[in-house]
Amino acid sequence: MAEQGADPTRRRFLTATASAVGGAGVAVGAIPFILSMQPSARAQAAGAPVEADISKLEDGQLLIFEWRGQPVWIVRRGSESLASLRAVEEKLADPESERQQQPDYARNDHRSINPEVMVLVGICTHLGCSPKYRPELAPADLGADWQGGFFCPCHGSKFDLAGRVYAGVPAPTNLVVPPHKYLSDTRILIGVDGETA
Amino acid sequence: MGSRMNNLVTWIDARFPMTKMWEEHLSKYYAPKNFNFWYFFGSLALLVLVLQIVTGIFLAMHYKPDGERAFASVEYIMRDVPWGWLMRYLHSTGSSMFFVVVYLHMLRGLMYGSYKNPRELIWLFGMIIYVCLMAAAFTGYLLPWGQMSYWGAQVIINLFDTVPIIGPDLSLWIRGDYVVADATLNRFYALHVAALPLVLLGLVVMHILALHEVGSNNPDGIEIKQHKGADGTPLDGIPFHPYYTVKDIVGVGVFMIIFMAIVFYAPELGGLFLEHDNFTPANPLVTPEHIKPVWYFTPYYAILRAIPPLPLVDQFSGVFVMGAAIVVLFFLPWIDRSEVKSIRYRGTAFKLNLAMFAITFVVLAYLGMSPAEPVLVLLAQIFTVLYFLFFVLLYLISKSETGVQVPDRVTWQ
Repeated sequence: MAEQGADPTRRRFLTATASAVGGAGVAVGAIPFILSMQPSARAQAAGAPVEADISKLEDGQLLIFEWRGQPVWIVRRGSESLASLRAVEEKLADPESERQQQPDYARNDHRSINPEVMVLVGICTHLGCSPKYRPELAPADLGADWQGGFFCPCHGSKFDLAGRVYAGVPAPTNLVVPPHKYLSDTRILIGVDGETA
Repeated sequence: MGSRMNNLVTWIDARFPMTKMWEEHLSKYYAPKNFNFWYFFGSLALLVLVLQIVTGIFLAMHYKPDGERAFASVEYIMRDVPWGWLMRYLHSTGSSMFFVVVYLHMLRGLMYGSYKNPRELIWLFGMIIYVCLMAAAFTGYLLPWGQMSYWGAQVIINLFDTVPIIGPDLSLWIRGDYVVADATLNRFYALHVAALPLVLLGLVVMHILALHEVGSNNPDGIEIKQHKGADGTPLDGIPFHPYYTVKDIVGVGVFMIIFMAIVFYAPELGGLFLEHDNFTPANPLVTPEHIKPVWYFTPYYAILRAIPPLPLVDQFSGVFVMGAAIVVLFFLPWIDRSEVKSIRYRGTAFKLNLAMFAITFVVLAYLGMSPAEPVLVLLAQIFTVLYFLFFVLLYLISKSETGVQVPDRVTWQ
């Protein structure tokens, strides 16, 4: 093979096309590696709905259930607690629940299907800590105005007894109401939407 | 015997550049003769890296990256594995001391202008090393699977959740589950013991190769290559080996006395190196009272908490500013426009500015460890402004700075 004047244009073309094809090959080849890091079928199955029995839940009590590895709180609110929801409204960032943090059937004054029973994902919407249930009225550390609710010790976010966030705290949105439905008066299925609102 | 040894060296040199590499990087690498103690921290960082790799390998022989067994396997290492406690405390102390020497190493760079032309790439490689180190520390901190491991990871991964549009999918992809779980632990283990150390080693090689290409800076900030003797070597340079290898051994001696004192007498260092909450197994349903990262992340954590959520982007504002606090460091070689490298010959304004920056960093570190009380958050906001003000002032001051005349040759008593 004689070194007959190489054609630089052809060389550049071949280098560019080879690089492009090779680059595309690497990009496509990377897809399975990237997708392998998504939740596995087992993790997805573990996210299946969870049944909660609230027959022994008393006024003011909180029960914790685990759904998708997250704490789900169920609180029974007495009439005083329900009255407090209206009292704190003007201090809240989103009292009307306008942001989509709940299914439509929980978008009401009390953010629940049954006014007495509050179902919430117990994860702060700031950075994922689990807030503390503070039902007592006006404790020393939370001030005389405290009407009961949830307090996140990590960064100081406050929520009322419907999981609605106070204005001026780090958490930007209300706590999430998970999809849930009533199987009977005392049994709730967490993780699926109910047919009726 | 001697000639046999020579024959072997000749035999190898014909097949591998052994002597050539030895000379290029040690026996004929000319470093400025006026290094002071600030120049220990580069070799100390290398020492700690080796220590982390060796102790890490031995820990991996006994550790189980499994959500059910991880916490117990760490306790098993501490109680039942012969000398396991030593391996673990060397590794946990090593991670904190790594950041101690790296922060001092970086401050050295700021003082003597080591990031300036022609050493910008050394600084950039160094910054990537720093970011990798943070990733290695973060993934490693999850492995003991204690409460602080778990909730620290939960909080940090949720930072990605705030990225507009792709956030929720991104954090789900990082975790591999809906919350931090076994899948997260397993992948963090893979990153911590394989991916990140490999990347770190490669970057360290590039950092040193780039350094040896242009030659070391020194406390006077003068290029020693500008004054060469008849033999072509810098007049103010001395071979790294034996002069600096021997000097560094002294530094290693002092460092190891401090290091081992911590390992033997205060491995938790009052909750600073190993946090108290991490002696409780991870519990996804209960958050500890006060979540805080380990001390070396707290300056950035303070910045994160200082920024209030904004409309539309929510708490991404804080994440963005925190990221900017790290990214801005990458641009130092171009933010600092002064021709003069060393603090010795720079103006008073620069000296005050740098001193203020060092204080700001320490104060932010302290604030990041403290609970988010309103007064402290306000302080954190003030010091976040001061943090960024350093770079703005540096850019303005360095344009036309009047300092002291830079000497022609390095000063040496």
